[in-house]
Amino acid sequence: MSIIPNILFAIILIAGIGYFTLNVKKLVRNIKLGRDVDVSDNTPIRWKNMTRIALGQSKMVKRPIAGFLHIIVYVGFVIINIEVLEIIIDGLFGTHRIFSGLGTLYGVLIGTFEVLALLVFVSVTLFWIRRNIIKLQRFWKSEMKGWPKADGNIILYFEMVLMALFLVMNATDVHFQDMQNGNVISQFIAPLFNNFSQATLHIIERSAWWLHIIGILVFLNYLYFSKHLHILLAFPNTYYGKVKPKGELDNLESVTKEVMMMMDPNADPFATPPENESAEEEIVKFGASDVQDLNWVQLLNAYTCTECGRCTSECPANQTGKKLSPRKIMMDTRDRLEEVGKNIDANKGVLNDDGKQLLGDYITTEELWACTSCNACVEACPVSIDPLSIIIDMRRYLVMEQSAAPAELNNMMTNIENNGAPWPYNQMDRLNWKDE
Amino acid sequence: MNELLKVPTMAEYMAQGKQPEVLFWVGCSGSFDDRAKKITKAFVKILNQAKVDFAVLGTEESCTGDPAKRAGNEFLFQMQAVTNIEVLNAYEVKKIVTACPHCFNTIKNEYPQLGGQYEVMHHTQFLKSLLEEGKLTIAGGQYKGKRITFHDPCYLGRANNVYEAPRDLIRKLEAELVEMKNCKSKGLCCGAGGAQMFKDAEKGDKEVNVERTEQAIEVKPDIIAAGCPFCNTMMTDGVKAKDKEAEVDVMDIAELIANAQDL
Repeated sequence: MSIIPNILFAIILIAGIGYFTLNVKKLVRNIKLGRDVDVSDNTPIRWKNMTRIALGQSKMVKRPIAGFLHIIVYVGFVIINIEVLEIIIDGLFGTHRIFSGLGTLYGVLIGTFEVLALLVFVSVTLFWIRRNIIKLQRFWKSEMKGWPKADGNIILYFEMVLMALFLVMNATDVHFQDMQNGNVISQFIAPLFNNFSQATLHIIERSAWWLHIIGILVFLNYLYFSKHLHILLAFPNTYYGKVKPKGELDNLESVTKEVMMMMDPNADPFATPPENESAEEEIVKFGASDVQDLNWVQLLNAYTCTECGRCTSECPANQTGKKLSPRKIMMDTRDRLEEVGKNIDANKGVLNDDGKQLLGDYITTEELWACTSCNACVEACPVSIDPLSIIIDMRRYLVMEQSAAPAELNNMMTNIENNGAPWPYNQMDRLNWKDE
Repeated sequence: MNELLKVPTMAEYMAQGKQPEVLFWVGCSGSFDDRAKKITKAFVKILNQAKVDFAVLGTEESCTGDPAKRAGNEFLFQMQAVTNIEVLNAYEVKKIVTACPHCFNTIKNEYPQLGGQYEVMHHTQFLKSLLEEGKLTIAGGQYKGKRITFHDPCYLGRANNVYEAPRDLIRKLEAELVEMKNCKSKGLCCGAGGAQMFKDAEKGDKEVNVERTEQAIEVKPDIIAAGCPFCNTMMTDGVKAKDKEAEVDVMDIAELIANAQDL
């Protein structure tokens, strides 16, 4: 018996996993380009959120049809992957269906996989129909042209082909069909191959087997380049997701320092800072104009976004025809981060100024100013992404670094500064209503 | 009727060496906006009726900084916050009630990190607690059997998960509570939050408040109830834009309760 296929298998397996590992390292490096943020608090709540939202898919079912189909694909995909273990052992050691010795249990397992494979195939087909024939509005927004649209479909084709290969592999496996055990779906496909010779059947079975495992490895490596990355990142993302009330915006510590100094009558603003501090303290930018100004959780958010568009379809600004789309904010952040990452790779680990940034080159001020901070996007996201935090950080940059707020907002802020109210009324008149 | 309004200030309480149970944080809108002032007065009438021991800051109150923070001016926000916290802490305030969800959210969630720890309640929560303690009774009065829909303010609902208190109060009015297509956690913004109140909207097909008012009108209410002075303005404008002023009123829950009691 030749061991060439086994060696070939080992090479493909190592190459597949190796390249994936390489990309995961790049992913982690890119995410770490963000500012540090302390997320070590509320551990029990974070575990609960991850279990409920990512593992339990609790937010997916808010839209029952998509939610139900998604759960089938999710459960199916996870469980069918147990089969990969058998494939890997068979591939490495030249065995055939090593677990078939389990007898009835094997039948139950493979039978379950077959049913799931069929259900996944049907669900994925329905997803494809929703995207391409029914043309659900949220999949046809302006940010969904080109690659995002193709990516969505490629993932569906991948899953259709992988499921079909699994069933064909079982249907053409004479040995397996003879066992009459577990072939609950494939027995109905088998008759299609009735007139085929043993040799042809064997070739088809082997081809399906090889294509199935190679397909899985290719799909694994496709993840990094695709929105499908959410199948991995949904877990850390829901863990690190916001645990504070949605209405609570973070407190800029750098600003607090300045404010406290201004309010402190004993502080001398012209004093030279103590030796040990001054060297460490770099000048902090207020707000964010590029990806490195965002924190790493926001960057993780960007990689986790699967472009489902639930945020955008709930966004009041988007619903009334404004340019803002929370999904686009996330996609832009990811695109820019990838661009920065590639720049770093090309320049041996350092970022060469490319004259571009997230603000302006990707996200326009018109989008940022259209946000009502209503948190509909945050509520809608099935994987705890917070587009609002990015919008606010970019507004902070516009206002505090560039003084580039719309004129009316500048008026409002001047009024607060001078009168303690957003309107030009005197603070001394605050209680006049009592006697009116 | 106005002479009946009892609105003590914290300074007056302090002068008498007393401390009120609760501080009523009126907010800029409730202090200056003509429509919102009616809400403020309605709430005070209820507080007076229920003999609640409260006070206001009056001229010592200042903007919480919410619109500044959401517009991106963290600096101005923190200046406002620190100043307000100094005043509140000087009066040793423990409990705050406000009729504005933006003030509610800011004082409740964003002041603690800057040294302001208080128990903060939205007025609908506070009214519900008065009801439960038996200090307040609510009867249907003129609203018995009316169709009322409640517009969830983003900063009360999604931002802080308060959905039931305002609804419980509406039910107490023996009114028929009808829900809009988008309600509770799926509520649609009135269009004023995030400092939008103070600027024109970006170019689009429609104003957010018109979209929201259309959703409200769809359920054919007699009254659109609100729990936020900004939502109130936006929905009132929306009703005007749809030429429905004759059929639909926009009212704050405090006003509904005060009117039902003929206060």
